[in-house]
Amino acid sequence: MLDLASVTETPKSAAEVAELVADAAAGGRTLEVVGGGTKRRIGPMAADGIVSMAALNKVVDYAPEELVLTAQPGVTLAALEKLVAAQGQMLPFEPPHLGKLLAAKGRATLGGTLAANLSGPRRIRAGAARDHFLGLQAVTGRGELIRAGGRVVKNVTGYDLPKLMAGSWGTLAVLTEVTIKMLPAPRTELTLLYFGLDDRRAGEAMTRALNAPAEVSGAAHLPAPTAARPPLAGEMAVTALRLEGFAASVAARAEHLVLALKDCGRAEQLDGSLSRDFWAQVREVEAFWKDPRPLWRVSVPPAVGWRVAESVAGEALYDWGGGLVWLLSETEPAGVRAAARALGGHVTLYRGEGPAFEPLEGPLAALTARVKAAFDPKGVLNPGRLGGG
Amino acid sequence: MKMPLPDAALIARKGEIVRALRRLVPGEGVIGDSAGLVPYQSDGLSAYRQTPLAVVLPETVAQVSAVLAWCQANGVKVVPRGAGTSLSGGALPLTDGVVLGMARFNQILEVDYANRCAVVQPGVTNLAISAAVEADGFYYAPDPSSQVACTIGGNVAENSGGVHCLKYGLTTNNLLGCELVLMGGEVVRLGGKGFDAAGYDLLGVVTGSEGLLGVVTEVTVRLLTKPQTARAMLLGFDSVEAAGATVADIIAAGVIPAGMEMMDRPAIVAAEAFVHAGYPTEAEALLIVELDGPEAECAELSQSVAALAQARGATTLRTSASEAERLAFWAGRKAAFPAVGRISPDYYCMDGTIPRRQLPHVLTRITEMAGEYGLGVANVFHAGDGNLHPLILYDADQPGQLEAAEAFGADILKLCVAVGGVLTGEHGVGVEKRDLMGEMFSETDLAAQQRVKCAFDPDLLLNPGKVFPRLHRCAELGRVHVHRGAVAFPDLPRF
Repeated sequence: MLDLASVTETPKSAAEVAELVADAAAGGRTLEVVGGGTKRRIGPMAADGIVSMAALNKVVDYAPEELVLTAQPGVTLAALEKLVAAQGQMLPFEPPHLGKLLAAKGRATLGGTLAANLSGPRRIRAGAARDHFLGLQAVTGRGELIRAGGRVVKNVTGYDLPKLMAGSWGTLAVLTEVTIKMLPAPRTELTLLYFGLDDRRAGEAMTRALNAPAEVSGAAHLPAPTAARPPLAGEMAVTALRLEGFAASVAARAEHLVLALKDCGRAEQLDGSLSRDFWAQVREVEAFWKDPRPLWRVSVPPAVGWRVAESVAGEALYDWGGGLVWLLSETEPAGVRAAARALGGHVTLYRGEGPAFEPLEGPLAALTARVKAAFDPKGVLNPGRLGGG
Repeated sequence: MKMPLPDAALIARKGEIVRALRRLVPGEGVIGDSAGLVPYQSDGLSAYRQTPLAVVLPETVAQVSAVLAWCQANGVKVVPRGAGTSLSGGALPLTDGVVLGMARFNQILEVDYANRCAVVQPGVTNLAISAAVEADGFYYAPDPSSQVACTIGGNVAENSGGVHCLKYGLTTNNLLGCELVLMGGEVVRLGGKGFDAAGYDLLGVVTGSEGLLGVVTEVTVRLLTKPQTARAMLLGFDSVEAAGATVADIIAAGVIPAGMEMMDRPAIVAAEAFVHAGYPTEAEALLIVELDGPEAECAELSQSVAALAQARGATTLRTSASEAERLAFWAGRKAAFPAVGRISPDYYCMDGTIPRRQLPHVLTRITEMAGEYGLGVANVFHAGDGNLHPLILYDADQPGQLEAAEAFGADILKLCVAVGGVLTGEHGVGVEKRDLMGEMFSETDLAAQQRVKCAFDPDLLLNPGKVFPRLHRCAELGRVHVHRGAVAFPDLPRF
């Protein structure tokens, strides 16, 4: 990894980004694209230079009544969250910042969050970052400035390139402006906590909760060893279900849920800021901040989430009703990957040595390589980050 | 509407093509006779008609793969088709191409409640998915108005919407995975039952690609739990402005209704005359607001919405007291298109999206333009997300009226783009809006999109003539040179 200070260019406009990329393409040089730098360690890279998006950090247009916001990618999540909260709105996909988890100095940006398609606990109800990514301006690896999508909430004009960019980790184009969908922030929230469930029973309880007409907007499980770590420092496993919305509705749904889960023991309630704090630590995977072991992000069909820790030795934190498992494990990478694959999922190494991303195979790998070449034929952007080409 | 010039050599090879397809799909799976081809001449955009060279109706993924591989090897164009309900000509056949109909892929393969999803074949209708899981308290959320007939494969191709998009999203927000056959015959799986997949989000770019990237042979959709209650409100206003302001107030109050529809006076009058839904025919604008969730939520929010509407001077304010009444409130809106069909020999439905704050301005301009073109217009509108459906009234038997309607429609869409909106909110570009793509995108933008097409289908054999105003040969695209990222008029806003 290059030293950020040594070879960093900090363009001040989309045209400057285009010029930098076009020059690199013409000169056969490679570039690493950096927002706040929080996720630089995910996926090893060896580039000739760095493009920092730090100076492209303005909010271009925010129309709360239209539920859309257009900003430059370098704007920090923290600044954005403050801005929209003042209008009673939120980023619906509840993006994690992950700076502390990844021991990074910088602050997470909107562009980096979209490029990594990072979504928090509300993903199960509201959708992922990609679902709220409406439009973009970007510089492809060819050095071309393009626009795609739109600035309205409903649009099917042309290919949905924002979706393609979400989760491409900066390997196709450099985002220079993005439009995202906002939603009103819930007026109240309430979390039901159940204690002492083993992983399997917790998985079943979360499934039942998510299948009830209760609009659960967070479903997480911390097994006893995970719950015993700071910040919870609890004595038993904790299973948490979040309800958000208007007060009367939340109360009615909580009542319904307590009844549906009465065999899971007595539910404790967290309100207001206690509930917010709880979900912030789930979102940021705070329990695993201080542990030096390799950390895997496991994505599997939610109903089989509890089997992950059964098949790989380690400690787990379950989010998304079991669909997202943060796994601390020293099992060799091939074993972790095989276990996830056997369950119908895949893994990404968020902390630790070695390739981060799942290798693709067969026609899908070939198609992926052609898509990469369509945007970045010379391999200028984030070379080798996703593995392979 | 100009389609690519038919290849006479291919048309001359029809007999050979039909025989080859029959070898790949035995039995009744290939239609080559002219009478049998008639039902495939057009889709929901029936102003355009062409007879395809042949229709092939495979039954297995292996057959789809073999047909596509053979067509690629022999340079034969392919137009995929679900139920043929596209409103933008997405399934319009080519006289020198084969229609690949997916109607025989009509099975629901798996319902997986534990993962809240269903795995279905692409020829299953949208409504059949919800019907299959309804008794267990689930449903599939996107509900395009053609949901009785349209297929989920077509929904994926078009990224179909419906009246509940604002709260529940379009097709793309309700998919988990698909199986896709590329033009070369390769079979790829995109996504699965988890919330995300390894690699690029190709599912995201295939959704809404209008049949130009591949043929979907299996779809995994998200299932949602049915809300406990749904309640509709009928709100009449004596101005479009007051109705529009009420929509903005509802959203500002933190309420995202399950559906929020607006109709203008011509649409209200036509619908009321047709279905007698009890709509106030003296109102200039009507809102239907649907709230869903627990009873306590619907009760609280319907009072909030009523208060907001009253503050904006609502002249009619009714809340459904029963499921029958809720459906009655919707009946007029759902029958709006056929209702307009009763008062005009022909109508042409547009589909732009605008920022909602532009609504009064846009509707005023549409009325002015209607006068200039000498045509009538009725407006229905997905008010929550700014998706306009102006229905242009014309008579195809009157010389020049179809052309006038098309020109009027194009002007409406240009207006949508000019005020910060887009050409199509849910119907797709197809052939209909293909030549307007330049209003929204530069040559560079379109070249980037077309390179995605080339990554999937390098010989440009899948559904050519749709979406792109000009389809450049993939090798030529590689040579498009942009000096230092410069484009013509870089400061010109293009949204």
